[in-house]
Amino acid sequence: MLNQLTISELAAKFAKREVSAREATQACLDQIACVDGKIHAFLSFNAAAALAQADAVDQLISQGGSGANRPLLGIPIAIKDVLAVKNQPLNCASKILGNYISPYDATAIEKLKAAGAIVFGRLNMDEFAMGSSTENSAFGLTCNPWDITRIPGGSSGGSAAAVAADECIASLGTDTGGSIRQPAALCGCVGLKPTYGRISRYGLVAFASSLDQIGPFTKDVRDSATLLGVMSGVDRRDSTSVPEPVPNYVAALDGNIRGLKLGLPKEYMVGGLDPEIKASVDAAVKQYEKLGAEIVEISLPHTDYAVAVYYIIATAEASANLARFDGIRYGARVEGNDPIELYSKTRGAGFGAEVKRRIILGTYVLSSGYYDAYYLRAQKVRTLIRNDFLKAFETVDAIVTPTTPTAAFKAGEKSGDPLQMYLSDIFTISCNLAGICGVSLPCGFTQNPKLPIGLQLLGKPFGEETMLKLAHAYEQSTAWHKEKPSLKF
Amino acid sequence: MEYEAVIGLETHVQLNTKSKMWCGCANQYGSEPNTNVCPVCLGLPGVLPVPNDEALRKTVLTGYLLNCEIPRFAKFDRKSYFYPDMPKNYQLTQYDKPSTANGFVEFEFTGAGSVNGLARVRITRAHLEEDVGKSTHFDRHSGLDFNRAGVPLMEIVSEPDITSADMAYAYLNALTEILHQGGVSDCDMEKGMVRCDVNISVRPIGTKELGAKIEIKNMNSFSGVRRAAEYEIARQIEVVKRGEKLIQSTRRWDDVAGITEQMRTKEDAHDYRYFPDPDLMPLAPTDAWLAEVKTKAIELPLARKQRFMRDYQLPAGDAEVFKSNVALGNYFEGLARQSKNPKAVANWIINNLLAKLAELNAREKSEQEALGLEAADLKLSSFADLKFKPEALLELVNLVEAKTISSSAAQQVFAEMFDSGKAPAVIVQEKGLAQVSDTGAIEKFCDDAIAANPAPVADYKAGKAAALNSLKGQVMKLSKGKANPALVGEILERKLKG
Repeated sequence: MLNQLTISELAAKFAKREVSAREATQACLDQIACVDGKIHAFLSFNAAAALAQADAVDQLISQGGSGANRPLLGIPIAIKDVLAVKNQPLNCASKILGNYISPYDATAIEKLKAAGAIVFGRLNMDEFAMGSSTENSAFGLTCNPWDITRIPGGSSGGSAAAVAADECIASLGTDTGGSIRQPAALCGCVGLKPTYGRISRYGLVAFASSLDQIGPFTKDVRDSATLLGVMSGVDRRDSTSVPEPVPNYVAALDGNIRGLKLGLPKEYMVGGLDPEIKASVDAAVKQYEKLGAEIVEISLPHTDYAVAVYYIIATAEASANLARFDGIRYGARVEGNDPIELYSKTRGAGFGAEVKRRIILGTYVLSSGYYDAYYLRAQKVRTLIRNDFLKAFETVDAIVTPTTPTAAFKAGEKSGDPLQMYLSDIFTISCNLAGICGVSLPCGFTQNPKLPIGLQLLGKPFGEETMLKLAHAYEQSTAWHKEKPSLKF
Repeated sequence: MEYEAVIGLETHVQLNTKSKMWCGCANQYGSEPNTNVCPVCLGLPGVLPVPNDEALRKTVLTGYLLNCEIPRFAKFDRKSYFYPDMPKNYQLTQYDKPSTANGFVEFEFTGAGSVNGLARVRITRAHLEEDVGKSTHFDRHSGLDFNRAGVPLMEIVSEPDITSADMAYAYLNALTEILHQGGVSDCDMEKGMVRCDVNISVRPIGTKELGAKIEIKNMNSFSGVRRAAEYEIARQIEVVKRGEKLIQSTRRWDDVAGITEQMRTKEDAHDYRYFPDPDLMPLAPTDAWLAEVKTKAIELPLARKQRFMRDYQLPAGDAEVFKSNVALGNYFEGLARQSKNPKAVANWIINNLLAKLAELNAREKSEQEALGLEAADLKLSSFADLKFKPEALLELVNLVEAKTISSSAAQQVFAEMFDSGKAPAVIVQEKGLAQVSDTGAIEKFCDDAIAANPAPVADYKAGKAAALNSLKGQVMKLSKGKANPALVGEILERKLKG
């Protein structure tokens, strides 16, 4: 079953000419045909175009071309519907973009292609990445491969479900407040949010520009490191990308974490944390001690403010970012007698309820007379939150926490209560506000039903190397990442 | 009660950069609609702005030209409002941290509010933003051209230091002259490169409190600004004199009717919801960068005019010509530095060279048009193409100074050197134009003139001093223009009185 392999496993088979890229791609397409009717991770995919890319790879290999500088040669990778891929639909799981086809590639996509990847398929998500369950998609739910009555998390729910259900080898998602790490945790895969500025945002349809980052979903930490290495680096098209050297992340995965210090924030192990999750995280912490890491209790005193700060800053930025969807130049349009009527009708019909809620909230917090009380104050608290982390990182190499307070919940369970939904991101949101990196990896399962549990590691700004080294060491000393959902529906 | 006007101007000027503000598209006027566009300036999903370094430099350069402070921290903000010609539905601008602040423009003005023929208007700030696209309205639909969307636009905000329509007009001309000569903007009004919002209020003379601010939006000619301001000042004074209250509002100038009309009042003013653009890093110019930009700052036109008057003893009129025509001024100064008589050099340039050049250009134009060339393709001669070396003009002035040739002969020499490029000395020799200062020869011409013109002789003797000029002319004629006019005068007088 080629579709079940990791990038490194598949690349090894390509190198030995045991299988062709066409076979690998076909295996993914077959799996989609088999399971996606139930999972609904994909909004669309072009099988012929994917196979054509695969054939081009096979031809290259048969002509003696090597994958030497192309670590993703022949690897089928599916993409969240918020990233621009040239000549592919770009809808952000929203009706407002209509039949929009992107005329250009996001920088991250360009880099995947240059590394030889087969970029195919559009993955479901919460509309404009606003949500934690993928229930806010305009095009239907995505189901959690471990239990199809449950949500896969969000907003990158399709990206997580597709990898967990082996419908692709890896996928890309975006993370604004946990949108990679939370679904990765709920679906049992590895989800990485890089440091802000590590990967260019050019071609990522912005939700909250100061928080958004692109990142990979993979079946193990090594693949995560591989994809991070491919996509990282400064980009002249993104002024917020940072000219920090890109290390060899894969080479750092040597399993030796002896003496590294892991911080355990006391603020994260309280409140509505599910006991099974707490037990799994406690066990993981013990495992780290066994592996030679030193555990240090730390404090992140401004944690309680993170969700509030996040929903001010993210919605403020979103209210401006989404203004361009007006029906004038592209996307769906509902005609009106004047521009204002056209805007109202187009946006009224094109945006879903959660997107409207956030645009209204963001518009409110930026309004004259409220700016200082909300936006400006939130920015100040954001700085305090970042300082909490920077202070903690003076004494620890990384921080370990649960990724989510609960395992995957039932579809519809929280969709009527936005606040409960927002609280499912309490462990992931601070990372975006602080601009640091984070990764979620499998660390166990709940018992009944059997649902994945995610362990979150948070690293220093541009500290992905150490963070992934820690993640990899734990992963290789456990078997959680090898478990697969039965997919028997 | 007497009232006075208080006027502040917001002037929008397109920068003459090669490319647009956030992308590599050409910053070019007059292209086919929607040909200078890309995903970035169309605001397609996923794109990000990248600041144009040339535009940042030209903005800071403007700051130096307008005597501004250059803050070490500036940023771009999003100004949100919906309009079809604005691709992102927010405009990137500098809200509370502009690239330049607290400067002034000084200019010649003689009306109320001036001191010694000069007026000074303080500049609140000159900040950088982006232009929007252009809407064209047809019968049943509208068309949008995004070629202009994202063109770097500088907004120059003045303090309310302007007290009359004429002063506003003088300020705008001085401002655009600085920006144009400073190489920042082409300031072509016809192409919409300069647009202006005029804020006007009135108050009783002697009071300090400002009246309700009324803004006239989107003026695109300076004469329009002057007319609109004249109208609006009179209108506001009339309203307050009637005892009515003015309210803060925005008005539109109807150029045909010559009146302003209300567009909206403060109640329905936009809330632009400014906030810092998270896609752009704040600007923190370094010493080295600022120093480099500063080297590009030109001498201001007014300073140059004053210097020309002071250093070369030019009358204001001449200095004004050299102020407004930089190339001509440079040409003059190159020679004036080497001349003992800069005023004479200025005369030759302004009175003769310009006229000759205009004549030549007219000829070139009709010749080239006869060949079917379009106006834009005409190749007309300029100072750079003159056949004679600049120093030749100096030589000519020296020949006149030394009385080697008469001023009328000098005209002939100049015409010849303009046409052929020959050195003046060569022309003088070839044409035998050297002035005759030989008194014997001149005595003879004078005797002949007196004999042949009894009427002026009688007039002169009867006390009409002016009659001498007529006789002088006759002598010059007889000498073929070569006689030294001063000597001619002396000799004639002696002969007639004697």
